[in-house]
Amino acid sequence: MSEPNPPRVRLATTSLAGCFGCHMSFLDIDEKLFPLLERVEFDRSPLTDIKNCGPCDVGLIEGGVCNAENVHVLREFRANCKVLIALGACAITGGLPAQRNHLDLGLCLQEVYLTEPSLARGGIPNDPELPLPLDKVYPLHEIVHIDYFIPGCPPSAEAIWKVLSDLLAGHTPYLAEPLIRYD
Amino acid sequence: MSQTFLLDGVAVPFQAGQSVLQAALAADRYIPHLCYHPEFRPHGSCKLCTATVQGRLVASCTTPAAADLVVHSDTEELRALRRTLVQMLFAEGNHFCPSCEKSGSCQLQALGSDLGVTTAGFRHYFPDRPVDASHPDAWIDFNRCVLCELCVRASAAVDGKDVFAFSGRGLSKRLIVNSPSGKLADSLFAVSDKAMHVCPVGAILPKRVGFAVPIGERRYDQHPISEQALADAPRAAGEPDV
Repeated sequence: MSEPNPPRVRLATTSLAGCFGCHMSFLDIDEKLFPLLERVEFDRSPLTDIKNCGPCDVGLIEGGVCNAENVHVLREFRANCKVLIALGACAITGGLPAQRNHLDLGLCLQEVYLTEPSLARGGIPNDPELPLPLDKVYPLHEIVHIDYFIPGCPPSAEAIWKVLSDLLAGHTPYLAEPLIRYD
Repeated sequence: MSQTFLLDGVAVPFQAGQSVLQAALAADRYIPHLCYHPEFRPHGSCKLCTATVQGRLVASCTTPAAADLVVHSDTEELRALRRTLVQMLFAEGNHFCPSCEKSGSCQLQALGSDLGVTTAGFRHYFPDRPVDASHPDAWIDFNRCVLCELCVRASAAVDGKDVFAFSGRGLSKRLIVNSPSGKLADSLFAVSDKAMHVCPVGAILPKRVGFAVPIGERRYDQHPISEQALADAPRAAGEPDV
């Protein structure tokens, strides 16, 4: 009699104010995707195009929080994921989008949509479909509790694999130099 | 026979006048540090080199080595303290490593990586600080300054120019430039100054050479700062050169 397969770990991923570079680095685990896919099944993710996150074991979030929709998605992930991981510099520090944080948001919009000649005739976008930008770009841990952090811009595939394989083995994820990089 | 003190249970020899940190580094024993530089008087402000000496927490860069001291540095309690100090420095300034020319050669970053810091953790302060790009050959990004005082010490002690100083207290404490306009261009600063080269982070940088060193060949790409600092430590003749 063969051993029953253990239930698969449910994994959700998303990119908030990110560039999808962390997702590309995740795919860079290359052939390890095969053993990973034997152990996990994807819930909401750009890879599945599922639009809402259901109950999951692990959530991976790339990007900081720059608008109201990001806040809703982040809270949905926190409510549904047993373990939530901030993936990459933007999720952990706000990252390069947070370089606007010392500027006034109104002046930023004015500069881009009114002063710059290329977009000046369009006006500041005001469609109700568009999520409103926040005053600042926030790291994830300032909005919800985050369990683990994988720094890097992007984190190396090795660092992402280390954390995921630690979790799949039932260990507390542990990163050390040289897998800890901030660039 | 030289005198010794005990560092984490191992005897470390020292010469008169050496600090606990100096003697440790010379004996190939690493204690993390940031505002200490072997060529300058210790400042004792970053507290990364905090150790317990005779049971008390002290900055090892300002504590004179003495016979039979009992020093502990490599303990989980002190590693946690150092991680918190690095986290506070990251949260207090605007440290955007992915776009910084100093990345890979930055001591703050290398300390974080070596100490196991994966997040600043605290609420980020996101201060509004200026950039001074007035000088033709160098620029200052005050967003990255960690107030180590090394440029102040170097400009005063080596360059003899007193280009830099600190002003203010607490959160308002900042690096200022000694010139009528407050701008670097109007100071005596030159790109050949020692003060140009001692900045441990990316606050004072030469122009037109950013990102010249490829990733993989930067200062801390090959060796963690705990190894690099020992390789850099000054040693008297006859001491092992590691």
